[in-house]
Amino acid sequence: MELFELTIHELHDKLKKREVSSVEATRALLARIEATEPQVGAFITVTAAEGLAAAEAADRRIAAGEIDLLTGIPVALKDIFVTAGVRTTCGSRILENFVPPYDGTVVARLKAQGAVLLGKLNQDEFAMGSSTESSAFGVTRNPWDPERTPGGSSGGSAACIAARQATATLGTDTGGSIRQPASHCGCVGLKPTYGRVSRYGVIAYASSLDQVGPLTRDVTDAAIMLGAVAGYDPLDSTSVERPVPDYRAALTGKATGLKIGLPREYYREGLDPEVKQALEAAIETFRGLGAEFVEVSLPHTDYAVATYYLIATAEASSNLARYDGVRFGHRTATAEGLLDMFRKSRAEGFGAEVKRRIMLGTYALSSGYYDAYYLKAQKVRTLIMQDFSRAFESVDLLLTPVAPTPAFKIGEKVDDPLQMYLSDIFTIPVNLAGTCGISVPAGFSAAGLPIGLQLVGRPFGEETILRAAHAFEQATAWHQRHAAL
Amino acid sequence: MKFQAVIGLEVHVQLKTDTKIFCGCPTTFGAAPNSQTCPVCLGMPGALPVLNKKVVEFAIRAGLATNCRIAPRSVFARKNYFYPDLPKGYQISQFELPICQEGHLDIEVEGETKRIGITRIHMEEDAGKLVHADVPELGNGSGVDLNRACTPLLEVVSEPDLRSADEAVAYLKKLHQIVVYLGVSDGNMEEGSFRCDANVSVMPVGAGQFGTRAEIKNVNSFRFVKQAIEYEIERQIELIEEGGTVVQETRLFDPGTGQTRSMRGKEEAHDYRYFPDPDLVPLVISDDWVADVRLALPELPEAKRLRYREELGLPDYDAEVLVASRELAEYFEACVAAGAPAKTAANWVMGEVTRALNEAGLEIGACPVAPARLTALLQLIEKGTISGKIAKTVFDEMWSSDKAPEAIVEEKGLVQVSDTGAIEKIIDEIMAANMGQVEEYRGGKEKVFGFFVGQVMRASKGKANPAVVNELLLKKLKG
Repeated sequence: MELFELTIHELHDKLKKREVSSVEATRALLARIEATEPQVGAFITVTAAEGLAAAEAADRRIAAGEIDLLTGIPVALKDIFVTAGVRTTCGSRILENFVPPYDGTVVARLKAQGAVLLGKLNQDEFAMGSSTESSAFGVTRNPWDPERTPGGSSGGSAACIAARQATATLGTDTGGSIRQPASHCGCVGLKPTYGRVSRYGVIAYASSLDQVGPLTRDVTDAAIMLGAVAGYDPLDSTSVERPVPDYRAALTGKATGLKIGLPREYYREGLDPEVKQALEAAIETFRGLGAEFVEVSLPHTDYAVATYYLIATAEASSNLARYDGVRFGHRTATAEGLLDMFRKSRAEGFGAEVKRRIMLGTYALSSGYYDAYYLKAQKVRTLIMQDFSRAFESVDLLLTPVAPTPAFKIGEKVDDPLQMYLSDIFTIPVNLAGTCGISVPAGFSAAGLPIGLQLVGRPFGEETILRAAHAFEQATAWHQRHAAL
Repeated sequence: MKFQAVIGLEVHVQLKTDTKIFCGCPTTFGAAPNSQTCPVCLGMPGALPVLNKKVVEFAIRAGLATNCRIAPRSVFARKNYFYPDLPKGYQISQFELPICQEGHLDIEVEGETKRIGITRIHMEEDAGKLVHADVPELGNGSGVDLNRACTPLLEVVSEPDLRSADEAVAYLKKLHQIVVYLGVSDGNMEEGSFRCDANVSVMPVGAGQFGTRAEIKNVNSFRFVKQAIEYEIERQIELIEEGGTVVQETRLFDPGTGQTRSMRGKEEAHDYRYFPDPDLVPLVISDDWVADVRLALPELPEAKRLRYREELGLPDYDAEVLVASRELAEYFEACVAAGAPAKTAANWVMGEVTRALNEAGLEIGACPVAPARLTALLQLIEKGTISGKIAKTVFDEMWSSDKAPEAIVEEKGLVQVSDTGAIEKIIDEIMAANMGQVEEYRGGKEKVFGFFVGQVMRASKGKANPAVVNELLLKKLKG
């Protein structure tokens, strides 16, 4: 097996036994990036020199007998994570030349373990989108079919894993931005419970929904990555002070006795027959593993997408106000006066989708409309949360589709934002409820496109969904298939 | 038609915490531009605010001292608007659920006590500032200094209960005194630590409805507040009497002309799009915390004044003057604690000490004569060692040296003469030299008595004990 194909735990074993060095692994992945990047376009910035220096440092650390799970492991990060001294664009022209002066908390935690940063990954601009087509740095292509999108907004992260360009990646999930691209690219994507992972140093899209999570080759790697970045951070008031369990120890390979809910509102017309079929097969697999299924109801599901697009855009309109040309990022060259400078810098710096959402959010928050839109959406959000708590009174987790269809074609939905927004219909409610969800490979369409399934857990129920996902992975071989690149 | 003014004040109080409200940067005034900043107060992408607990404690203190209800749960909101010195494009403030509500302050104007309602007190962050001139690097441009960004403020909003500029100033002074006493602010008005927006309107006397108001922004001295409000009341009355109407607008006060002028009208008013800040969880304050803060509250001016009157027996006037400044009151109390008689100490602190400080341009905190040394001096008067008059000379000497009063008295031979024999001798000489006046006194012109006292004191070079002088003179003059 090539070095670039290994999972974290496989590479870790080899590093520990000194069968390979981190420098060798890093070189192998950099070569893989060079070979595949022209077809994939997953990276915005490759940090080869910094990566090799970090690999050398990791090798010295390993030689001294200090090895953590991520020591010497080459990773790549969505370009939404601020990295000291490394350009961080968030997929936007407005931050094209922004070099942050600090590392965010998750970046610092990865570095503390000795992980090697290969570069920064493409994404929808400010994480707004479901196809990675709204990046100012070009589209990312799905390694399984270059005509198709990898999903989004963490499309670069998912494509990077599918193209085997990094051992593991991190993305962010605001309405499905980790799980949906993971599903489309045939990898594992985990959105942890809100507050489980610090958001300090993660460029904000919608603060009350954004959450950091891993996109990896398998469930074990997802558990390892989560364990590395989770936990209370005094720099993030919304992070929760709660011990971090040993997620890897939760992976027992067993699903016996798990009571799994099937939300009635998620299984109905509009769901692609191939997706439906894959899910039915998965349910059978789980039954075979000793899990029990019951139908549950999440009655406010129909309102989730509308609610999401009010809350997320409202917060985004405020979060993106700091990009005004005054202190960092793009400033127009031709301003007449202050107001004109604000207007032109933003007009030139932001893409169409970002502008659309800022306008929506500004409208939803404006006086006279606040009660009808933003406040109402907050109330519906509470109802959606209650739907989930009620469901979790009778089941341990939920099994649902991730996306209504396999990966769609590049350009197919760009002119129809509403259609694009509906591609997150099964992931959005999880963000509104603030709970956790994981996407794992569960089959392929006739055209050879990956299909994922989503397991949704209770708040801070990551161990349960990881255990179930791992048991399913052990019982199937979907994750072993590779895109032919 | 007679008009009645209606005034409400919004006061911004800068808190003297060591660090900013949402990050660990220092708040020192006057540091080099942008030297006290970090990703959080710069509004860098990815940075998040974390609330400074000290700010909350200060807000609770201020709320309790102004009779407010402390909200068990309050919420931070974002106030969105674009301005170059506002790093995030929004200010974190409190909106619907502020930390303190429904308080009041009692003020005294022309001998009448009046209760002024306090609608709310909320916490917020300050913005940075723009630098336009005198910086060579900037050329024709402007610079942004974000040292002040994210420094903690309390905004204290009054009810529109004030009816004159004098009432407004009385309220402001009272509030200023309280926040300084509480130790939550240095109250320095020149540095902008205590600044005020005044909402002013006029209505016909007896009208049921307030007139349209104008807001005068950022006035930073008691004198200017008085001028600005008086000008604005006049302006609005004249406008209405000429048949015009007052428009709702924001106005600026120009200290140069003593006038207010329009800054922006209502049509340009912002829609701040307030909403709860999703980066900060709701602030929950336990009853225990409030109780702890209440226990630790310092004695406030009101209570001090009463105590000075009741326990120390000081006249109202003295009590009022002494509590006007926390430092002055502390100095006075240190003297009393060291053993000085209260009334003598009060006289000296209000008199000689204040005079000498004013002449030297010093604050009481920098007084070269510490309370213990002053008390030693006052005790010399009490014991009759020196007279009050001589004490003033000794005090001046103490001001410029660090000698003990006893040493000065000794050195200069200032010990008071209480020896009746010696004084009798002087009196006899003076009476002999001024027989005319002796006759006048004996003829019923008692005013002449003062003349004799003066003569005796002069002859003794001020060292004669006045009480003994009085007693002996009276005896001898009466014959």
